[in-house]
Amino acid sequence: MSLLLLADATSATEVVSKHSTSPPDYWSLLFVFAMATLLGLGVIVRVSRLLHTPLMSLTNAISAIAVVGSIIVTGREEYPLGIRILGFVALFASMTNVVSGFLITDRMLKMFKQPGGNGEAK
Amino acid sequence: MTHHLVQLTYLVATVLFVFSLQGMNDPKTARRGVQAGIVAMFLAIAATWAQPGITHHIWILVAIVAGIAVGVPLSKVPLTAVPQRTAISHAFGGLAAGLVGTAKFILWSVYEPQELSQFRMAAIVAEVLLGFLTVTGSLLAAGKLQEVKWLPQRPVTYPFQNVSNIGLLGLALLFGVLLVLNPTGPAAGFLFAGVILLALAFGVLLIIPIGGADMPTVISILNSYAGLSAVAMGFVLDNKLLITAGALDGASGLILSIMMCRAMNRSFANVLFGAFGQVQAVEADSQVRHYKSETIEGAAQVLEQASLVVIIPGYGLAVAQAQHRVRELYDQLTKAGITVKFAIHPVAGRMPGHMNVLLAEAEIPYSDLIEMDEINADMPQCDVALVIGANDVVNPAARSVKSSPIYGMPIIDADKAKTVFAIKRSKNPGFAGIDNELYFSDRTFMLFGDAKAVVGNLAKHLAGGGGH
Repeated sequence: MSLLLLADATSATEVVSKHSTSPPDYWSLLFVFAMATLLGLGVIVRVSRLLHTPLMSLTNAISAIAVVGSIIVTGREEYPLGIRILGFVALFASMTNVVSGFLITDRMLKMFKQPGGNGEAK
Repeated sequence: MTHHLVQLTYLVATVLFVFSLQGMNDPKTARRGVQAGIVAMFLAIAATWAQPGITHHIWILVAIVAGIAVGVPLSKVPLTAVPQRTAISHAFGGLAAGLVGTAKFILWSVYEPQELSQFRMAAIVAEVLLGFLTVTGSLLAAGKLQEVKWLPQRPVTYPFQNVSNIGLLGLALLFGVLLVLNPTGPAAGFLFAGVILLALAFGVLLIIPIGGADMPTVISILNSYAGLSAVAMGFVLDNKLLITAGALDGASGLILSIMMCRAMNRSFANVLFGAFGQVQAVEADSQVRHYKSETIEGAAQVLEQASLVVIIPGYGLAVAQAQHRVRELYDQLTKAGITVKFAIHPVAGRMPGHMNVLLAEAEIPYSDLIEMDEINADMPQCDVALVIGANDVVNPAARSVKSSPIYGMPIIDADKAKTVFAIKRSKNPGFAGIDNELYFSDRTFMLFGDAKAVVGNLAKHLAGGGGH
């Protein structure tokens, strides 16, 4: 059973390439993480305080990028059924966040209005 | 070739995500930011799905459709329920990370043990730990925010709480370290299950001692955890898009947590392990003191004479769903030539920015929503400060009473206004259980009743030809 799956896995890796041959470059991943965090901090501190609630729902939607990982776990041809079920639930959960996150953010932002035509205080 | 195309799409998506957050600098550009985010997400999903080797299309399609079916109603909740919705979405995010981490652990340890390096094992442990503790922690937070009946609203404490919590986390970390030292050892499966169970338990125990007043901070921290669990997933799957998008979320949660902590003059550790607001409740009733109350008519007359009115909203406004009545009052006052400003404390409500969203829903122009530091400069010129459902954020004890749990917290200087009206549902102390000195000041008059009804009556009174 497991041998069969292993055989399947190796045949599929030929198509996807760079799977078992070279290990991932950990250092570049850590660099990416550090830079993205710094960039994120720089961008977020400048977010208007008025918009902190929509900011949180927007970042919810963005971190639902976990859909990408979930699709891979759900959809890979050679993965056994049990794994696919785990991926399926994960994909459902993160897709919920994508949809509700973007929709509610936009719904809230639509409500922020300037008085009349000119934006100056009365 | 496809590999490069997928990576290029991921790169474009990353850039768009950054633009998306940049749009939030200003309400005018914010909706364009959301559009950039939607495009980025669409590209990321399409590029991943189109990869060769992804063949179970029906499974993917059904999961996506189910996600949409649940996501759309979740986006239509009333704005007063946004904190709960946010907590639930953190739970979903944590769940996705935890499950993907578990799936990869099983795949590698059963089928390709040579792939399960120590680095990957460490990433999986981080992903699963953060993911699953976010699941139970966020669900419990959502339950508390929704005021689910069988959940205690007040902080729950018991002896040796912090010691046992830290011990539990330490045990989970120990299991994690053992796993990293020997990812494919004979006990790996057992240790992995242990990490999951301990993370789930720790999430519950972390939130149990936390009261409503601390929810803005806690939600921000959970937001950060959900982002970091996506980062860990990126390390597990060797996927830079997951790392960048997760890091943006992690950074956002971190900044919001810091802002919330600062706005309460407390540290992370104090929020998480302090069990706020259960010490003081006992001392509060040492002496009986008297409030001065005012009638709607009387309050309306004073309001009519004012030239600057500052409205200070708090969570009580959200509970009473009073935002539209507040808008009516705002209209009546501005029509009479009175300047009306809203003083927004960073931790008013149950999540960062909660009050702004509620008032925006009632179509109050955002240029009249003023941050605490800015409005405090104007408070001595303020004729009437109208406190609606706020308590701790206007409590002068924060300035002077060293023994108070909120001592040192920056507050809105309502007590500096010439007259203060405070609308309050009952004579009980606020959520944090702290008595409020402001209510006993000689310039303060209480308007007891449901915020929605009181504000509505005030507006009606002002509309009805002003006094008798």
